Amino acid sequence: MASYKPVVVQSFPKLGEKITQDTLYWKNYKTPVQIKEFGAVNKIDFSPIPPHNYAVTASSRIHIYGRYSQEPIKTFSRFKDAAYCATYRDDGKLLVAGSEEGIVRLFDISGRAALRQFDGHTKAVHVVDFLSDKYRIFSGADDYTSKLWDIPSATEIVSYSEHTDYVRCGYTSKLNTDLFVTGSYDHTVKVFDARREKSVMTVEHGQPVESVLLFPSGGLLVSAGGRYVKVWDILKGGQLLVSLKNHHKTVTCLCLSSSGQRLLSGSLDRHVKVYSTTSYKVVHSFDFAASILSLALAPEDETIVVGMTNGVLNVRHRKHEESKERFPKKKRPAYRTFVKGRNYMPKQEDFFVSKPVRNHLKKYDKLLKSFQVSKALDAVLEVPNRSRTPEITVAVMQELNRRGTLKNALAGRDEKQLDVLLAFLIRYVVEPRFAPVLITVAEMIIDIYLPVVGQSAVIDKQFLKLQEIIEKEIDYQAELLEVLGMMDALFATMTRKKTTSLENKTNGI
Amino acid sequence: MVAQEALRVVRCGGSKLSGTRAAFSADAKSLFCASGDYVKVYSTATEECVHILQGHTNLVTGIQLNPQNHMQLYSCSLDGTIKLWDFTDGILIKTFVVGYKLFAFYTLAGSEDSVFIIIPKRNEEASDSFQLVSVKLPKIPDQEVEAKELSLILDDIGQSPKCTAFGREGEYVASVCGLHLLVYFFKKKKIHRFPLSATSSKGANNYFTCVACHPKEDCIASGHKDGKIRLWRNFNHKREYTFSTLHWHHDVVMDLAFSVEGTSLLSGGVESVLVQWRDGSDCKKEFLPRLGSTIEHIAASPNGTFFCTSHTDNKITIIHSNLRVSAIIQGLVKGTDVKTGLVVDPRTKALVLNGKPGHLQFYCLQTDKQLYNLDIVQQEYIHQIGLNQVDLVKAAFSARGSWLATVEQREDKETELELQMKLWSYDEQTQSFTLNTRINMPHESHVTALCFRDTDELEDVTPTLVTAGKDGRFKVWVLVNDSDAEKQSMGWSCDFVGSYHNYPANNCCFSEDGSLLAVSFEETVTVWDSDTWDLKCTFCHPPGRIRNLCFGRLSCSKYLLGTTSNGFLCCWNLLSCALEWSAQLNIIVLQPDPLSENIAAVSWLSEHSDLFVFKPNEPRPLCIQRNICRGRVQWAVFIPREVPESVGSENHKWLSRSQLYFLTQTQDLMTFSTKSTEERLTPSSKQLAIEESLPVTPFYLLLGKHRNQQQSKENADLGTAVVPSHLAQHSPAIKELLHTPAHVLPSASFLCSIFINSLLIPKENKSAGEVADEVEMDSEKAEDESDEDIEVTEMEPDINPTEILGEITPKLSKSQEKELRKIRRMDYSWIAAL
Repeated sequence: MASYKPVVVQSFPKLGEKITQDTLYWKNYKTPVQIKEFGAVNKIDFSPIPPHNYAVTASSRIHIYGRYSQEPIKTFSRFKDAAYCATYRDDGKLLVAGSEEGIVRLFDISGRAALRQFDGHTKAVHVVDFLSDKYRIFSGADDYTSKLWDIPSATEIVSYSEHTDYVRCGYTSKLNTDLFVTGSYDHTVKVFDARREKSVMTVEHGQPVESVLLFPSGGLLVSAGGRYVKVWDILKGGQLLVSLKNHHKTVTCLCLSSSGQRLLSGSLDRHVKVYSTTSYKVVHSFDFAASILSLALAPEDETIVVGMTNGVLNVRHRKHEESKERFPKKKRPAYRTFVKGRNYMPKQEDFFVSKPVRNHLKKYDKLLKSFQVSKALDAVLEVPNRSRTPEITVAVMQELNRRGTLKNALAGRDEKQLDVLLAFLIRYVVEPRFAPVLITVAEMIIDIYLPVVGQSAVIDKQFLKLQEIIEKEIDYQAELLEVLGMMDALFATMTRKKTTSLENKTNGI
Repeated sequence: MVAQEALRVVRCGGSKLSGTRAAFSADAKSLFCASGDYVKVYSTATEECVHILQGHTNLVTGIQLNPQNHMQLYSCSLDGTIKLWDFTDGILIKTFVVGYKLFAFYTLAGSEDSVFIIIPKRNEEASDSFQLVSVKLPKIPDQEVEAKELSLILDDIGQSPKCTAFGREGEYVASVCGLHLLVYFFKKKKIHRFPLSATSSKGANNYFTCVACHPKEDCIASGHKDGKIRLWRNFNHKREYTFSTLHWHHDVVMDLAFSVEGTSLLSGGVESVLVQWRDGSDCKKEFLPRLGSTIEHIAASPNGTFFCTSHTDNKITIIHSNLRVSAIIQGLVKGTDVKTGLVVDPRTKALVLNGKPGHLQFYCLQTDKQLYNLDIVQQEYIHQIGLNQVDLVKAAFSARGSWLATVEQREDKETELELQMKLWSYDEQTQSFTLNTRINMPHESHVTALCFRDTDELEDVTPTLVTAGKDGRFKVWVLVNDSDAEKQSMGWSCDFVGSYHNYPANNCCFSEDGSLLAVSFEETVTVWDSDTWDLKCTFCHPPGRIRNLCFGRLSCSKYLLGTTSNGFLCCWNLLSCALEWSAQLNIIVLQPDPLSENIAAVSWLSEHSDLFVFKPNEPRPLCIQRNICRGRVQWAVFIPREVPESVGSENHKWLSRSQLYFLTQTQDLMTFSTKSTEERLTPSSKQLAIEESLPVTPFYLLLGKHRNQQQSKENADLGTAVVPSHLAQHSPAIKELLHTPAHVLPSASFLCSIFINSLLIPKENKSAGEVADEVEMDSEKAEDESDEDIEVTEMEPDINPTEILGEITPKLSKSQEKELRKIRRMDYSWIAAL
């Protein structure tokens, strides 16, 4: 004997993006904090040591923000013109920055005035970074050169002038103390070894390079320029691994997530895309209000900071579980009651009496099982059901119609109940997935309640609203058909040639 | 065997199990039910069919346990005979020839020698009035006895066995007909008639449908058309009778039954809910819902442990007395209309067709058993007349049986057409189909055909399904991999939509290699390339609409066959794109054999259907069989045989590898066979004998062999001396005497003479050597087939009793008597003279 079969609720494919582990992870940030800077934010850098303050370079200032502070906790403003690329050293104690006047300045985090000044570049220095031995700095400038500086003596060690255009980006290897990469507007990325006079490797990106990145392993090089993000295998002599074209404007900045599993790229098209570094597919995407110039992730992906051309700094902090615990837990039976007998190991002579599995029925199913049709319909018209899961309400209506008892269920309702029913119809009757069922329901309601129209102002209003909506829908459908007809005409002219060739073939029959 | 085997149409798939009320044996271990011309004996514990009692030549209409002997069973049939069976061994004991059509049969514990039957009045064919008569069963030990002593009891009663019931200890009989309840008291020989008004003020329908009598009290329960049950009491007074009413059923009460002690009354009807009324009160009732389909009959076992309900879907449910289903005996479900057609499951080779509403049944033809039911619609079925239910209209399997596509529809006048296509994947672990994809409204109108592409699934070809719809489109569905990082999932989605001048598409069909798709649109056949979905060519045979479409197979794969509604069978050559041949035949079913080039076509002309089997490349058909059945053939299908059968005649070669089954207008499943009936029946009787044989334990083997060896040794040693005794042992009479169960044997006075006779040495004595040789051979045989020895003896009683009792005994006894008389006369005269 079969047991009661619950009502089949049609599942409809969800539109829009799918919910994956990644979307859950990257959506788990609080609402962003907006901080207005004086100019376009060209660099954001997190301090590698806790509490992970970050330095923001915008216009002629470098602001240092604390993790949750809205106001800068420190400001370096000894620049005559724009400052560029303020970067922390590994120990978080020193900060280096380039500038429009071509001077590289080294600051102590606790001090105000520059510790050292490195003069030598003739044009703006857009990129500076510490080598991983902590005692040397490399810089790239608009005078097409990149130079290495010794911090203690403040002298230039070596100057490379292999690029034929502005050097606008660079990255130092975290593994090798001598290795660094520069990217230039001459479409090339060059790998330099501080012990050698010349570059050791050159890769051709194809567009002016805006940003470069080395993977923590040092084996992969990522370059961004134009609309492309390209990944190169250094160990294979600079072979192109993959070329990603997911932005529709120039990609300006790159960043790796702390786990190294995800690569983020920001672009002038106002999007930040998150790629998986295994499949190089976009797994998530962020939208921002303005073109993005700089991007940084705090360790453990705690904070995403994005700097934009309009000088707005967008800071997102990760949500934490603590917020959930604010709601007091419901009192449940003790844990003991659930595990009672569960961990009993049956002995050999024991008879095992299996308990029949009780399948839990929903409220409407229970009512339908006992043929209480009106109550079943009431159950699915309750507040959380009708707004959150209209498909269940519609499925029950369909089932009632199938049983031939929909009319009975709809009849005999008072003003309030009918109002609820009509509100539901008004909301969903034009939705294509529910329309076939709800049109039947609407017809039945009109049939049943026609004699009482005019007795209640509320109901009359609802009926008029329903009529209005249906009229609107009819007009809309007519319009759609017109469009379809036009499209058919267009397609007919396009396929004419093909069919004529077919006709020739089939003439023989 | 025979040079000219005749091709015969054979019914298969069993007959209706629910035609009559089933009966239990006294210990409730066996259940008897009439199934067509047979009586089937089922075990209530295992649901297995233990015996099939064959002998009647027409529909069996009633079965009753013999109240005098609980090991015997009476059955009556429309062929005018009552047969007495020994159901434990499946042996026919006696046949009583009544000579009328028997519609119902009742026995009473009180009256030893008479039984009650319902026969048509004046024994006319068309007569629609019936009478209850009692028949005296003569106590003649013959096998076939004429029972002509009929005495009328009630006249003008209902034909149905449900409409008559015998009361407490056979004191009265109650019968209902129309609006009357008749009670006849045997002792007073009086008839009381209780009429009801046709319609009461509340619009009730008072017509009686069934009646049951309380086994201990004077109480009659009657069921009515409006779902009411009336309990009649005090009916031995014509005026002061009373009745109380029980009402739960909303539709006709189909059957009523009291439990053995009469404490509870069971009722059932269209709702397919078994209702148990305790103490005849309206408030104490229990239900057993969702029994599957309309309850037609209810029976209770004599020991009170079981009830059983027979349902319209050819099912008997055995229910424990605490209202728990204990077993289900399910035959081939025969609905009113098989919409899915006959489909073969490639995996189990089972026949698949519509079963219970919303289900697909898998029916094994070899064992004549339902394998399982697959719930397709997965909705609660409301048993109510006049409801528009969801129908399963199409089903198709992929080549290897790993995918199943089904289409269900519900068409309501008020609402639009509801269509749903479901794709099921075969799960190796659970050994059944699981739902993979559900597609709402695959077409805007009815789906007319669907077929899978027959590609080898081991190859890396995506499974492809094509559906054709009345909306003028055919759609190609392919399996796509929509799995992401976390979840592996496969689903079907639409790949291509094709149409041809917006004509409704009627048929679709893939070529054997899956490279071409043929879709028929009204009068035109279009052929599409299945790689690019380009229209390749069109065929047309105006003015008929294309009815069937199929590609040739194997060496004939260049042919495309189609039948038109104006009575043409056309064969197109795909290479030359021209009509190869056409024949004027009103073909209604066209079915290719999957294992050969043969194609079966069934034509229909006014009354009868004819079968043609042909190869598309040969001008002459292989086989023409006229008049295969009355009416239209609905569907046909070739089912591959498990073992290729050797067919002697060249004409019937097409039957050797697969068998053709077809469904007639009356929903009977038929097939073709060249074997005679006896041959077809032997396997079942053999199987029966094996069940009875002893288990072959090591001990048995050791002892049995030893004993046989000893015997043969003795034979060799003693030679002629032992011959007579051995002869006696092998004589059929002795075997009969020794092996037949005692309660089936005729009286000892009859057997005595046979026994004595068998001991005599026959006149034409063979020479001693010859006889010895024969014995030797016999014993050797016995050694070889020590198991089968028992079989032989088991099988023989079926044939022997008639021979021995009918022919030999009377002759011998007569001659003996004559001799005795002569001797007597002579003796007396001689003594007197002295």
